[in-house]
Amino acid sequence: MRRLSSLLFLAGLVTLIIAIFQPLPVGTATPAVGTAINHAAPEQVGAANLVTAVVLAYRGFDTLLELTILFTAAMAAGWVLDKPRNEARPDPDAGFILLAASDLLFPLLLILGLYVILHGHLTPGGGFQGGVVLALAFFLPLLARPGRRIDHQLFSLVEGLAGAAFIGIGLAAMLNGQAFLAPLFGTGELGALFSAGSLPLLYIAVGLKVGSELAGLLAHLAETEAVG
Amino acid sequence: MIIPDSNTLLLIAALGLILIGIGGMVLSLHLLRIIFGLALLESGANLLLILATYSDRSVAPIIVGGKIPAHMADPIPQALVLTAIVIGVAVLALALSLALRIQRAYGTLDVRELRARLDQDIAAEAGINLPHSQDAPRSPAVVNAPGGAS
Amino acid sequence: MDWLLLLLVSLMLGCAIAVFLLDNFLAALAAYSVVSLVLSLLFAFLRAPDVAMTEVVVGAALGSLFFALTIRRLGLGQTGDES
Repeated sequence: MRRLSSLLFLAGLVTLIIAIFQPLPVGTATPAVGTAINHAAPEQVGAANLVTAVVLAYRGFDTLLELTILFTAAMAAGWVLDKPRNEARPDPDAGFILLAASDLLFPLLLILGLYVILHGHLTPGGGFQGGVVLALAFFLPLLARPGRRIDHQLFSLVEGLAGAAFIGIGLAAMLNGQAFLAPLFGTGELGALFSAGSLPLLYIAVGLKVGSELAGLLAHLAETEAVG
Repeated sequence: MIIPDSNTLLLIAALGLILIGIGGMVLSLHLLRIIFGLALLESGANLLLILATYSDRSVAPIIVGGKIPAHMADPIPQALVLTAIVIGVAVLALALSLALRIQRAYGTLDVRELRARLDQDIAAEAGINLPHSQDAPRSPAVVNAPGGAS
Repeated sequence: MDWLLLLLVSLMLGCAIAVFLLDNFLAALAAYSVVSLVLSLLFAFLRAPDVAMTEVVVGAALGSLFFALTIRRLGLGQTGDES
């Protein structure tokens, strides 16, 4: 009976979704606001990557709210998970391949993560992608050697400082007389590394915050007690 | 065989992912598969957002070499989907942590059993009787309540 | 180009259905990773390189890692070889 009602619901949902989304102009869309931003962004913001300009300059407040959501989810997950008991026997070290690979990959992933963060305003990438790569770089040694507990206090400290730096840069724009999170320091030359004002600084803060947050969350998930 | 043209194919892909996600969530009996369905639903919705402003003759919104192309793709939905993907994985992490807690508290992840156990627990907390058979074991809170089970 | 797109979309939808039909949870996780990977290829085709990079890092890598850790902690990670 439950299956029958579920199938009826799905049939109705299929009809509704096809009826709503069928006239969507896929492939022939003419966005008005997007074209305006594409014309105005290179002179106003100075970033070669226009998506970065939208994320940090035109919709910077949305990025702040996203950081808040990430912080809330990571904090709640850290509370919900059980802490490992101190006398519990830790898992053994992983095999040779994972040990060697984690030792070799750690510096490479660090370089890749920092490169993606720092060049977020020039090439595709930015704080979120680079931050996740940094989190994976710090989590890989924990996966290879589960016995070595990491320092959660250090991750929380970095996360807190990076989040405060993001808000601090936003408030500095207010002290300058502009709106909250308006870009500072001029635009610079399009395509150079030191361009687009305070956007690289904002992305560095975002990258460090996201990286340390997700590394702490992954460590909590890996260290929790085995269930069932 | 007739191949639909690429725009229709992409729309079918996005709507198909959404429907498979919702269908899996509704028809599954294991909590972990419901979480898989949630992740698929979010992926399908993100693809639909990018498809809404996709234009065949546009290029990526990145300026390379100083020349600004004439037709660039819309950067606003791309920024929104960037945000949405990261939020989706945060929600996924919280859902999986809650699933781990549920497994520890109730010992099972089967949705039907969880529903029955939750009904029993809520009734035990409230002190009321559930309308099920008399032979089923009652929790001590219901048996010892002043209104009392028979 | 249309043939390639048809192949990718059918692979993605097939693996999306396979997530719910496979019994082994590790196999369902592998199917979900394939969906995420093909989705990032589609994002790159749709003139959205930023979104493609985010999807491959967050969806295919981080999401699958979360699922794999949870499956291991739940004890559902048998590959079917042990009796």
